[in-house]
Amino acid sequence: MSLSSNAATALAEPAAPVAEGEAAKKIEGKSPWRLGYERLRRDRAAMISVAVIVLIVLMAIFAPVIAAIVGHGPNEQFPAPIGVTVDGQPLGPSATFLLGTDTLGRDVLVRIAYGARISLIVGFVATIITVAIGAAVGLAAAYFGGLVDSSLARLMDWLLAIPFLLLAISLVSVIGPGLTVLIIVIGFLGWASVGRIVRGQVLSIKEKEYVEAARSLGAGPWRIMFIDILPNVIAPIIVYTSLLIPVTIVAEASLSFLGVGIPPPTADWGQMIADSQSVYQYGAWWYLVFPSLALLITTLAFNILGDGVRDAFDPRGDQLFV
Amino acid sequence: MNASTAATPPAAVTDADVLLRVEDVVKHFPVRSGKLFERDKAFVHAVDGVSLAVARGQTLGLVGETGCGKSTLARCITRLHDLTSGRVIFDGDDISTLPPRRMRPYRREMQMIFQDPYGSLNPRRRVGSIIGDPFAIHKTATGQERKRRVQEVMELVGLNPEHYNRFPAEFSGGQRQRIGVARALAFRPKLIVCDEPVSALDVSIQAQIINLLADLQGELGLTYIFIAHDLSVVRHVSNSVAVMYLGKVTELAPVEQLWNHPRHPYTDALLSAVPLPDPNKSAQRERIILVGDVPSPIVPPSGCRFHPRCPKARQDCVDRDPALEPRLGDEPDHVAACHFPVADGEDISQARPSLAAEDRIIEPGLLGGS
Repeated sequence: MSLSSNAATALAEPAAPVAEGEAAKKIEGKSPWRLGYERLRRDRAAMISVAVIVLIVLMAIFAPVIAAIVGHGPNEQFPAPIGVTVDGQPLGPSATFLLGTDTLGRDVLVRIAYGARISLIVGFVATIITVAIGAAVGLAAAYFGGLVDSSLARLMDWLLAIPFLLLAISLVSVIGPGLTVLIIVIGFLGWASVGRIVRGQVLSIKEKEYVEAARSLGAGPWRIMFIDILPNVIAPIIVYTSLLIPVTIVAEASLSFLGVGIPPPTADWGQMIADSQSVYQYGAWWYLVFPSLALLITTLAFNILGDGVRDAFDPRGDQLFV
Repeated sequence: MNASTAATPPAAVTDADVLLRVEDVVKHFPVRSGKLFERDKAFVHAVDGVSLAVARGQTLGLVGETGCGKSTLARCITRLHDLTSGRVIFDGDDISTLPPRRMRPYRREMQMIFQDPYGSLNPRRRVGSIIGDPFAIHKTATGQERKRRVQEVMELVGLNPEHYNRFPAEFSGGQRQRIGVARALAFRPKLIVCDEPVSALDVSIQAQIINLLADLQGELGLTYIFIAHDLSVVRHVSNSVAVMYLGKVTELAPVEQLWNHPRHPYTDALLSAVPLPDPNKSAQRERIILVGDVPSPIVPPSGCRFHPRCPKARQDCVDRDPALEPRLGDEPDHVAACHFPVADGEDISQARPSLAAEDRIIEPGLLGGS
């Protein structure tokens, strides 16, 4: 390499013209995002779960279409002998009711489709709230340090020490049930664990030389936080988000199961499972099995996708869940 | 702190020539005891009264063992650390207490090159964006103009400007260090503080980077502070050299003067450890083996900080802190902090300290710290 001549002539000559278009694309590096995405695409199990999740989302979106096709509304009660037996027991799967009926003579298939809406909305929205609060608090705590850090860290410890279900049940019973309440309660109670992970990540990244370099160039705290630090914690945040969605879905189902979730008659998986308890012993297995299966398949798909996302975006596995 | 350590800066450089003057800089880091109400009782004496001056267009080498405070001093100069006390005067202006906002114009004129070419580049950002950081932060160039200037500086340091959109992970260690150099050069600063810029690179790459830095100095009239623990590298690049030990400068001299007439026993010991390419000469040479380890910077030894390990130590060394001044009739630009300096030709490899054994144990009660 002819260094001296290089340095000597570089000032006089203008920089070499850069190839535009295709040639420029060839030498463009692949971003860590792109590499992660490509790894994810090669992950068979993750891709199958993506397909399953897409199906569930489609089922939720087109729930009214399903209802129209089978001709049963989600809250439409079919009296005996169409929807229930003459002594008031649910009917098993048949040509009319593909997955059977429930205690009030409603179509289980249609109610599962409508229930997916609640599960997915709560799963996504509450997770986004959780992650947004957790990331903001963790970033602020670690970056500013000192009193800010110690008070926020104590708050997180305190939140983590409270049993989630007990607090959620009492909160919902005080405020009154409803979709918004459910989302807010789940979203605002779970951020502490995200906050802890982000705080730990930021604490270690804060000491990297490139942050020091940015400071020595005169970068202010906001620029350092959002341009130098945040992109380096986004990967763990995304991984955690994908693993948090199934947890949130289960939390919503648990609260509904316990009767403090979505108020009836809105269709909800947790509520259906709870409702099925009274008739299961009389042989109505379909009412318990199909909603449970829906919940199981959904959370399993999200979990497998979450594992795939972790393998793809955090390949060394050195940053998370040690 | 100890007033006697505030040595007068070398008088040989006149004020107009001096780009950077460091006066009695002290940096202590509090050691958290962990107990809730007894915090900040102990301090790490990382830098303890250092005075230096660097002339324009020159290179000052800064050498010393790991943990002697070289890097801390560098970060005090660039104000990445706040000083505990002392002054940093850059181009005639005292910058030691400027708030971040008023420090910004000076940040354009002094830059840093970091040790770790892997850690000093953000892995999530493209090289063009990293090198363009100075322009973005100081809002001096945007869009195509910024790209043009970034590619110009990439060319200057021997990088292919077409690699503008690559990520740091796609470069080798040496190329990464060139990216670091390019970022530091973007604004054509006056002073570049190089914090061990080559110690993480392998030897053939070291030479490339050192030559690059030397070429750039000639080209752009840069002034360097060059931190290293490899003495032969320092000798190659520096005009003068400061030797640090436990947060203090023990000897400061023009490079050949230091090599040929080391006055401080520590300097002598360091030089005797430099490998010689000639095996015969190497076999003949008496290495000065220092006993023990570097004492804790939390509880530095009294008097001369080197006395627990010095082969020439006397009682005086325990009692009094030697001033940094010319010794044995040296020129005023060659100063050493030693009561019993090494004479030319003196072999201290066989010297024995005349101290009772227990005096060489550092007692916490003796310290002159906080």
